[in-house]
Amino acid sequence: MEFLSYLITGISLGSIYAIIALGYTMVYGIAKMLNFAHGDVIMVGGYVAFYATSFASSSLLGEDPTTAATALATVGSVLLAMVVCTVLGIVIEGLAYRPLRQAGSLAVLITAIGVSYFLQNAVQLLFGAAPKNFTPVVSGQLQLLGGRLRISYVALLTVAVCIVIMVGLTTFIGKSKMGKAMRACSEDRGAAQLMGINVNSTISMTFAIGSALAAVAGVLLCSYSPVLQPTTGSMPGIKAFTAAVFGGIGSIPGAFLGGLLLGIIESMAQAYISTQLSNAILFAVLIVVLLVKPSGLLGKYMPEKV
Amino acid sequence: MSGSYPKPKLVPVPSTNIIPDRDADKSPILECRNLGIDFGGLSAVSDFNMAIGRTEIAGLIGPNGAGKTTVFNLLTKVYQPTRGTIMLDGKDTHSMTTAQVNRAGIARTFQNIRLFSNLSVEDNVKVGLHNQMRYGTISGILRLPGYWKEERVARERALELLSIFDMQDLASHQAGSLPYGAQRRLEIVRALASNPSLLLLDEPAAGMNPSETAELMNNIRKIRDTFHIAIMLIEHDMNLVMGVCEGICVLNFGKVIAKGTPEEIQANPAVVEAYLGKQKEA
Repeated sequence: MEFLSYLITGISLGSIYAIIALGYTMVYGIAKMLNFAHGDVIMVGGYVAFYATSFASSSLLGEDPTTAATALATVGSVLLAMVVCTVLGIVIEGLAYRPLRQAGSLAVLITAIGVSYFLQNAVQLLFGAAPKNFTPVVSGQLQLLGGRLRISYVALLTVAVCIVIMVGLTTFIGKSKMGKAMRACSEDRGAAQLMGINVNSTISMTFAIGSALAAVAGVLLCSYSPVLQPTTGSMPGIKAFTAAVFGGIGSIPGAFLGGLLLGIIESMAQAYISTQLSNAILFAVLIVVLLVKPSGLLGKYMPEKV
Repeated sequence: MSGSYPKPKLVPVPSTNIIPDRDADKSPILECRNLGIDFGGLSAVSDFNMAIGRTEIAGLIGPNGAGKTTVFNLLTKVYQPTRGTIMLDGKDTHSMTTAQVNRAGIARTFQNIRLFSNLSVEDNVKVGLHNQMRYGTISGILRLPGYWKEERVARERALELLSIFDMQDLASHQAGSLPYGAQRRLEIVRALASNPSLLLLDEPAAGMNPSETAELMNNIRKIRDTFHIAIMLIEHDMNLVMGVCEGICVLNFGKVIAKGTPEEIQANPAVVEAYLGKQKEA
């Protein structure tokens, strides 16, 4: 029974990593760059949702709000966070990465790290460094087997959202015209341009989608561990990046699988080995997997063209 | 089918160019004036003048390194010209990007095949149809009715285009898994999908055996006659060039050394010299 509850914790934590990892993997697959600022977009999403919810509860909702009004306010603040993060993603891409499209990948990587610190410090300046206490979007838990197995509603919501996003994104990339444009850009940017595809707007769209997902991940992450501060996004960001590499960067099912496995490994390591060492164990597993399969679990080995 | 176009006489147009006489009452689909590009100090193409009639099949030939593919890259704005102008259907392409030039009417294939090899055959063609599909990204995410309608139309159009080369049964195959000849044909279909008024073929017969080349010649004429578009091709196979092209332009060291009908080109001493070297005085 204990094992089952650790597994469920792992799956829900892994679902958050998977949603974040999708942002890394899409941007890498299509724009061929590592957007290390992605983790901080999550944090911005958390802050927007936090302030929107507190604004709603202090000014919009009355003394004793109905459940429906509270739910509406929550959904509204999540949507607001998604819109803000989408715009933020497009602006970051347009201002920081687009001018470097022809530059080497190292220049873009360093810029991404710069953007990451910029976002952290900007948020610290605006909202202060003191941690905020985030109210989870849903509370309570489900009791099964006569109360021996407890699953929080946040965990259930996280897994459900992750599955919806995964299915939606896969069909979007596979079946829609923008998805085909994205895959075309990912394979041969030059040929895609010659087929009349606007590469810049396709890459912008990739950042927009990745950042909207980051906002969702931000809200779920803060509901899972309700402390919000300017560095909230960094560690989950790094872990989700690890998950993307673990699953095979550039591959969407890979990000999903990598995220889930990472969450489960982390949860199990914390439960059975050591809480302090859990991150070390996590990255050790990553190193071993990459030694055996350098392209990640579902990644394809692509020889460099000479 | 090719009988619908009698052997043309090339007639001059207002600039220093020639096009088939049947296209003479319409402006040329493409006109290059004094086009040139330098790479560093090296002039790769200079003073390139050429006009192509609306239904002409034109050839661009020349020894290796003469600058033929560079001309294609200039026309598609992969390279920005250093000098001169390109008029596509009467519009200057100077400020256009590669994608905009495609939307304005130029599509091309590549010397070394550049298909989206992990995509299906059908999806490759649909990438070519991208700008003709009218639905937004929101509609694509939420799958609104517009999405279903446009995707169905696109699928029908893709299969129709594939049927030109009898490839509709391969629609669900991965493009990279097709045999070489089929990949070359798919590249042409993908280019046609973007609804061009000028199709550029970069060495379409490369790697083909004589019977495949003969079939390709028929297909090039068939494309022109079905779509009523102009085609410009780079090719080293002289049987194909002389058999299918109406006007030919010969490049050597980035400069046009001869222009004319296949008969005129074959008889031109400058062309013979460029290909075979100067004949020794006896």
